[in-house]
Amino acid sequence: MPDDFRPNPDQLLAAIQKEDAKQHHGKLKVFLGMCAGVGKTYAMLEAARREFAAGREVVIGYLETHGRKETDALAEGLPAIPRRTLEYRGIQLSELDLDAALARKPKLMLVDEFAHANAPESRHPKRYQDVLELLDAGIDVFTTLNIQHIESRAEAVSQITGVTIYETVPDTALTDAEFELVDLPPAELRARLAAGKVYLPERVATAQENFFRTGNLSALRELALRFAAEHVGEDVLAARRAYGAGAPWKSGQRLLVAVSASPTSASLVRWTRRLAGELHASWIAVYVEPTQTLSGEDQTRLAKHLASARALGAEIITTTDGDVVRGILRIAREQNATQIVIGKPAGWRVIELFRGGSVLNRLIRESGNIDVHVVRAEGETNPSRPLRPDNFWKIDIRVYVWAAGIVMAVTGLNAVLDRFVGIYALALTYLLTVVMLALFTSRGPVFFAATLSAVLWNFFFLPPRFTFYIKNFQDGMMFAMYFIVALVLGQLTARIRNQQTAERQREQRATALYLLTRELAESPDIAQLLAVVIQQVGKTFGADVALSLPDSSEAGPVTAYFASSWALSDKEQTVAAWAFQHRQAAGCGTDNLPASEGLHLPLVAAARATGVLSLRFRDATPLAPAQRDLLDAFIRQIALVFDRERLREAETQAKLLAESERMGTMLLNSVSHELRTPLAAISSVASGLRAAGDLNPAQQSLTVELDEAARRLNRLVQNLLDLSRLESGHLRTNPDWHDLRDLVNAALQNLGRNLDRHAITTDIPNDLPPVKLDAVLTEQILVNLLGNAAVHTPPGTSVEFQARAEGEQLVLRVADGGPGLPPGDPERLFDRFQRGPDAAAGGTGIGLSLVKGFAEAQGGNASAENRPGGGAVFTVKLPLVKPPPVPEEKA
Amino acid sequence: MSEKPLILMVDDEPQILRLLTVSLEANGYRTLSAASGQEGLVLAAQHQPALVILDIGLPDLSGQEVLRRLREWSRVPVIVLSVRDDERGKVAALDAGADDYVTKPFNTDELLARLRVALRHATNQEEAAVVQAKNLAIDLVTRRVTLGGREVKLSKIEYDLLRLLARHAGKVLTHRQILREVWGPGHEEDTHYLRVYIAHLREKIESRPESPELILTELGVGYRFLAVG
Repeated sequence: MPDDFRPNPDQLLAAIQKEDAKQHHGKLKVFLGMCAGVGKTYAMLEAARREFAAGREVVIGYLETHGRKETDALAEGLPAIPRRTLEYRGIQLSELDLDAALARKPKLMLVDEFAHANAPESRHPKRYQDVLELLDAGIDVFTTLNIQHIESRAEAVSQITGVTIYETVPDTALTDAEFELVDLPPAELRARLAAGKVYLPERVATAQENFFRTGNLSALRELALRFAAEHVGEDVLAARRAYGAGAPWKSGQRLLVAVSASPTSASLVRWTRRLAGELHASWIAVYVEPTQTLSGEDQTRLAKHLASARALGAEIITTTDGDVVRGILRIAREQNATQIVIGKPAGWRVIELFRGGSVLNRLIRESGNIDVHVVRAEGETNPSRPLRPDNFWKIDIRVYVWAAGIVMAVTGLNAVLDRFVGIYALALTYLLTVVMLALFTSRGPVFFAATLSAVLWNFFFLPPRFTFYIKNFQDGMMFAMYFIVALVLGQLTARIRNQQTAERQREQRATALYLLTRELAESPDIAQLLAVVIQQVGKTFGADVALSLPDSSEAGPVTAYFASSWALSDKEQTVAAWAFQHRQAAGCGTDNLPASEGLHLPLVAAARATGVLSLRFRDATPLAPAQRDLLDAFIRQIALVFDRERLREAETQAKLLAESERMGTMLLNSVSHELRTPLAAISSVASGLRAAGDLNPAQQSLTVELDEAARRLNRLVQNLLDLSRLESGHLRTNPDWHDLRDLVNAALQNLGRNLDRHAITTDIPNDLPPVKLDAVLTEQILVNLLGNAAVHTPPGTSVEFQARAEGEQLVLRVADGGPGLPPGDPERLFDRFQRGPDAAAGGTGIGLSLVKGFAEAQGGNASAENRPGGGAVFTVKLPLVKPPPVPEEKA
Repeated sequence: MSEKPLILMVDDEPQILRLLTVSLEANGYRTLSAASGQEGLVLAAQHQPALVILDIGLPDLSGQEVLRRLREWSRVPVIVLSVRDDERGKVAALDAGADDYVTKPFNTDELLARLRVALRHATNQEEAAVVQAKNLAIDLVTRRVTLGGREVKLSKIEYDLLRLLARHAGKVLTHRQILREVWGPGHEEDTHYLRVYIAHLREKIESRPESPELILTELGVGYRFLAVG
């Protein structure tokens, strides 16, 4: 067990109590889906069957199978409580029979459709309230829920789908729930829908058109995935709180900063960090990826901005949207951001008037109840941005050559066709070419092809031929119209293609993250977990992966896990160790040790690093922002899981510790009982003989000896028990107010005849106020000190006890008139089993070590020295607390 | 009462039971042994003993639990047997209704003395008007306290404290019991009040306050006034 983890018993107790409370309280498990038809009820039934097979009492409270045969088959054989049926305005409605459910009180109950609104005149208007009552009664509940019914997500869903959602469940009802995400790729869902497995057949068409569009489904899926992932986070957070790390964010504020490739974004990020710090708010940095790709330089700069935001504590989200404003606001709503930070634009652009105002104006107009900060960018100068995206004019010569070649070829074809058809039909073949090109290349070559084809058409075919001159007005009009149509059609096609690509990438990302989450969740042990991490990360990012874990302590070196697919060189290992210690990304593509071969990312959760993931990419190009974002999400997820593992281990350790403590106490108690019972018998026999009277003087003194021996043995047993308690850390102090005189008297009484042969004097000031001490420990200190003095000094010498309040300390001194301390370090006298070389019989060498241990247990110390006039003095200093005032008595 | 009082002993140690039986019967008591808490409760109900000696470290029920169940229907005096370092256990037992305690290894004389005091307090309901201990006399009617015939001036709280202890002479009272009785509920944790007032009281009534003979300290538990008579 690492030394740095030692849970405080009170915190542990609180955690255990919370666990207990949770145990009396039923557990809620939610099968969460992105929408209807993903198979939530089926998954729930499967899980219930497993519980049932494991011998748990499972009862179906309410199940909605929508007449699906497989689902019905799965429910068969599970006991169910009959539904409550009622008639409302002539319609037969059936609902969960809550009273019957409570009366049945099974261990686990299935209640489908958490968000369902109950029939009028039911006990609760909503079904989730029924479920909460079941949970209160200590019944575990399995239920199903779609992401759109979660209150905090309903609005985002409305915006995505255009469907208003009425049946929502407050997030608070889900606070302690466990989530299982039921996931189905959109394509499969649409297939199931088409096969009539989801809705009744006549409703398929409308549903498919509205809600189940692939675009909608991908967005919903991402929403569900994110919710589930966040919820794992909340578990960890609660656990962290239970273990005392404290929550990092206090306010309900959440800031969002819009980051772009513009150099000004860096200062924007820093500004937001400051504001977030002042508000104790969490913050997110959002990059809205346009549908065109960025130039290399821009990509690097953007990656830098995002990395700095990440390093400053922001959550990074990148999203794809052709419209920046829409993208920002969508993320803001999804993430419940309360304030948006955006840079002040450098100048006004004419083109924006045609787009419905500048980004800024639109953002402010459309942001609704979200505050918008417009911040002047400082520092770096803002280069006047080109009107169109940077890469618009960037020429990848090969594509243009290809486009030119194709247009030329089509011109050749047209020259042949020219004999059979009119010149306007030739324009259509050009148009077809441009549209086809748009399917494969980006906007630049399409624009180029459209222009070139228009020129060639004019030159070769429009009369007068082989001139750029156009004779009649009709041809002129046709030329102009061709040009515009080719341009527009080409651009539109290119845009659609870009959007499709972006969406596909988004879905790929979501799927990759989902796969990782699922694999992590399903890993039965830590070895499997590590293997999954290495394999998944490697596969997704095309990289060799090494996972380094700390040896033992948190700050210590890290060692690569044996199953890593990349054997780290010594140099890379050093970089990984740096990343671990500084909890910062290091290696290529970062600002830290960029010369190294790989990228080293620390796994940081709950402000501690649990390991380092190192990647060596198989191709040399830097990661695109979206990829980097995904990698980031991977790292976060892995770190959370690692942290959860660590917490689980800590919990196990804590339980073990508590268990060993319990065992230790039990053992002590039983030994103490076993040793003392015969002693008690001996003592009472001795006293009984004396009490019976009629003993002759010799017999009388024998009983006294017997009694004395028993008492001595009892003291020894007491000392040994105390020692083992001290050693094992099971000593608990119980400080209370005492009159020191009482403690001294008790000690003297305890020693009985042992002090008979010495002259004992006690000196305790009359005005010494009550002292706050542990009575038993302090009495043992005094017994051992006085007993020690009596054993080690010749009979007839004096033993003086003195108590003084000196400042913040109570000083107890036992001085004797004996031969003084043995030569050597007086400190060693307090070591266990340390006896003076000429020690008389008696004394086991543990008395003084107990004195020291008991003094230290009470926050004090013990020391020994020789007195100037001969003899030894033992001093114990204990903290002196001023007693609270005692109310004056009215005379 | 001509009949010998019946003492019920509850302890899981047969040797202790045998010893107690011998000692108690030699001193004019009848005895009854129980080896477990359950058996003790049954025997107590069947035989209505005059007093119960209860080990608080029983294997089946905790001493506190036996006490709690016993106190549901009986006022029989209970003396608890406990080990030395279990101050909390002793206090808990006393606060749960035990009348007194004896620490193992116990002295037979001490046990017999506790037994007599507990039996006397249980049978003797009417109170003496004057409590006499050594040369101290407390007149509970006139509230006069004299030491060797000379009047001692006590404050109201000092007198209340002394009266409480003296009325239970020979019997231990826990800090909580005294604090609740004298200072009222809500002051049960203010042990330092008690330390201060007991010190005052000892100054006034003890002949050698540094080694008191009238008001005895039961370390970590409470106080006991010298047994009278």
